[in-house]
Amino acid sequence: MIRFSKYIWFYFIISSLVLIPGMVALARFGLRPAIDFTGGTLLELQFKTDIAQPTVEAAARNAGLALVSVQKTRTGTIIARMKPETNEKIDAFGAGLASISSQSAEVVRNETVGPILGKELLMKTVAAAAVAILAILLYVAYAFKNIKFGVSAVAALIHDLLVVLGSFALLGHFLNVEVDTLFVTAFLTTMSFSVHDTIVVFDRIREMLKRGERLPFESLCDRALTETIGRSLTNSLTIIFMLLALVLLGGSTTQWFAVALLIGTVSGTYSSDFVATPLLILWEKWEKRKKNF
Amino acid sequence: MFKTPRRIFFWLLLLTILLVVVDVPSSSFQKLGLGVPENYKIKGFPEFKTHLGLDLSGGTHVALEANMKDIKPEDRSDALESARGVIERRINFFGVSEPIVQSSRSNNSYRIIVEMPGVTDTARAEALIGQTAQLEFREYLNDKDATPGALTFPTVKTTKPVGLTGKDLRRAQVTFNTQNGTPEVALEFNASGAKIFSDVTARLVGKPLAIFLDNMPIMWPRVNTAITDGRAVITGGFNQEEAKTLAMQLNAGALPVPVTVVEKRSVGATLGTESVVKSVRAGLVGLAIVAVFMIAQYGRLGILADLALVLYGLLTFAIFRLIPVTLTLPGIAGFILSIGMAVDSNILIFERYKEEKRAGRPWKVAMELGFGKAWDSIRDANFTTLITCLVLFNPGNWSLLPISGLVRGFAITLFIGVLVSLFTGIVVTRTLIRVLYKEKDI
Repeated sequence: MIRFSKYIWFYFIISSLVLIPGMVALARFGLRPAIDFTGGTLLELQFKTDIAQPTVEAAARNAGLALVSVQKTRTGTIIARMKPETNEKIDAFGAGLASISSQSAEVVRNETVGPILGKELLMKTVAAAAVAILAILLYVAYAFKNIKFGVSAVAALIHDLLVVLGSFALLGHFLNVEVDTLFVTAFLTTMSFSVHDTIVVFDRIREMLKRGERLPFESLCDRALTETIGRSLTNSLTIIFMLLALVLLGGSTTQWFAVALLIGTVSGTYSSDFVATPLLILWEKWEKRKKNF
Repeated sequence: MFKTPRRIFFWLLLLTILLVVVDVPSSSFQKLGLGVPENYKIKGFPEFKTHLGLDLSGGTHVALEANMKDIKPEDRSDALESARGVIERRINFFGVSEPIVQSSRSNNSYRIIVEMPGVTDTARAEALIGQTAQLEFREYLNDKDATPGALTFPTVKTTKPVGLTGKDLRRAQVTFNTQNGTPEVALEFNASGAKIFSDVTARLVGKPLAIFLDNMPIMWPRVNTAITDGRAVITGGFNQEEAKTLAMQLNAGALPVPVTVVEKRSVGATLGTESVVKSVRAGLVGLAIVAVFMIAQYGRLGILADLALVLYGLLTFAIFRLIPVTLTLPGIAGFILSIGMAVDSNILIFERYKEEKRAGRPWKVAMELGFGKAWDSIRDANFTTLITCLVLFNPGNWSLLPISGLVRGFAITLFIGVLVSLFTGIVVTRTLIRVLYKEKDI
């Protein structure tokens, strides 16, 4: 049996090492919202031969587009983001671009989101997260007949959500990665993955408690962790394999979506054993101490 | 019928064959020379195909917000529905195949969602639906242009409105001339429209009255006499098809409420195809790694889990085709992800089995115990995923939660995936083990 419970403070240090830079980045830079949130127009253009980024920027200026950014993707297409634009201006931009670069671009993606929808998405994301968290909390508390389990599971879940948010604040600052509707989906899915692993450990603790093992709670948790950590890792590995395949081989549209899920899954695996269970142990200790005084 | 494991095994084999028939495109059967000749095909046997979302097949998605400011609250739902109908007619009329036009209402927002597969020119798409289709009657600014000899093409610049628009039209329909049987378009104005029309026609006798749709002139008939009964007939020597088109355009012009575009997304077909190819490749590679990993981890049991996984893939995909679920890129990602999750229950069961065996139980007992004891954690763990899927899918269309096609696409595939994985991970694997697996007890 591995004495996991001896190193509780060490786990909290690891979590802080990951969480603090992320939270600082979140506070300082914030997330980089995509047009899904801010409203705006996104054009993805494909050219037969390579085109220089400044050429695109010049053509956009000529057409009077309020450019926000121009970016080259892995697949060689150009993504231009701008304030919401009318079709006439975009057509003028396309024509201008064709005359400068003497080749016409194929529009592979053309998206415009009005500002109302953006605000709506933000509010709905918060609402969805709250509803899902509450539902999970209630279910875990009900399934384990104990609010302590529910709260600990949800604390680990919030830990994972913060890790995902922090990572994307960093990714947004350094790699210009944006958060969009798909990120919201990944963010919400992280919740279920996080709890998935936590439940495997908690289920073992519940079983041992039911069996009436005469062990101190700490040792009981240690045994539960030792017995389940292997399968919890195996479980997550299969998901991680699929996600890695999606990140490395999948389409560019879902690439960052898969990255967000990957971060969430890794964090979720870690937090079940090293956040949720330690919290449960600490809570138990604290309750005992309160009783003794 | 499901009494013994062997019988269940038999039914599973049958199911697998059936699923292969549903899943594999009929063209590949023909390639293999297994195709059923056309005239032997069973009538009414449905042809299954995968429904691809706009982000994969290429096309345009437009969300329109109706401006209900001038509409009485109790009439708003009707106005939205009839606007939806008008837009649908317009799109059908332009020959877009399989368009989807939906209305959605939440709190104070009234929206119409339009999906047009194959239309990637957003300018054209918006011209089809985006603006309020404005029917307008106009007259020439310049009297010279209005003389019969003049050949001036009426444009917005050379004409001015007479104060009569689509709002004043009750309806337009195709009729036939009583004398020579040629098709005509009969207009019927409402009360206020009839009054304006009568004044205008009285003023414009002998001059053309131009009819504009979305600022484009569709015709400019010459007024013969003042019309006071609010009815008019446009004769123009057109055939029945043209008359029908015009009547439809005129009816469409009477859009009951102005709409504005709040969101539009269009994806070219190339990006879509590329995404499908890449995602499928990523899925296959991931599947292979998971399969090898399971064998490395659990040996012969791993092979059985892989067989169940193959059945999982076939079954899930068949359900997508049968319901049908429209597959979007996030949807495919959800499917790929669920493959990784599908072996979860197997892992929990096998680990439990190993544990029970270590405790000294004979393998058969250990296996049954493994299935029994792992169930609690499998149930609880999967239930939370199902909860999250429901929040994401938002089946009640609650305005509090996101209503997005992309998010839904992901949630529905993950939801179906989790349910199917419970079946394959437990029932199928258990049957396979009971029938095919043997181990010596030491």
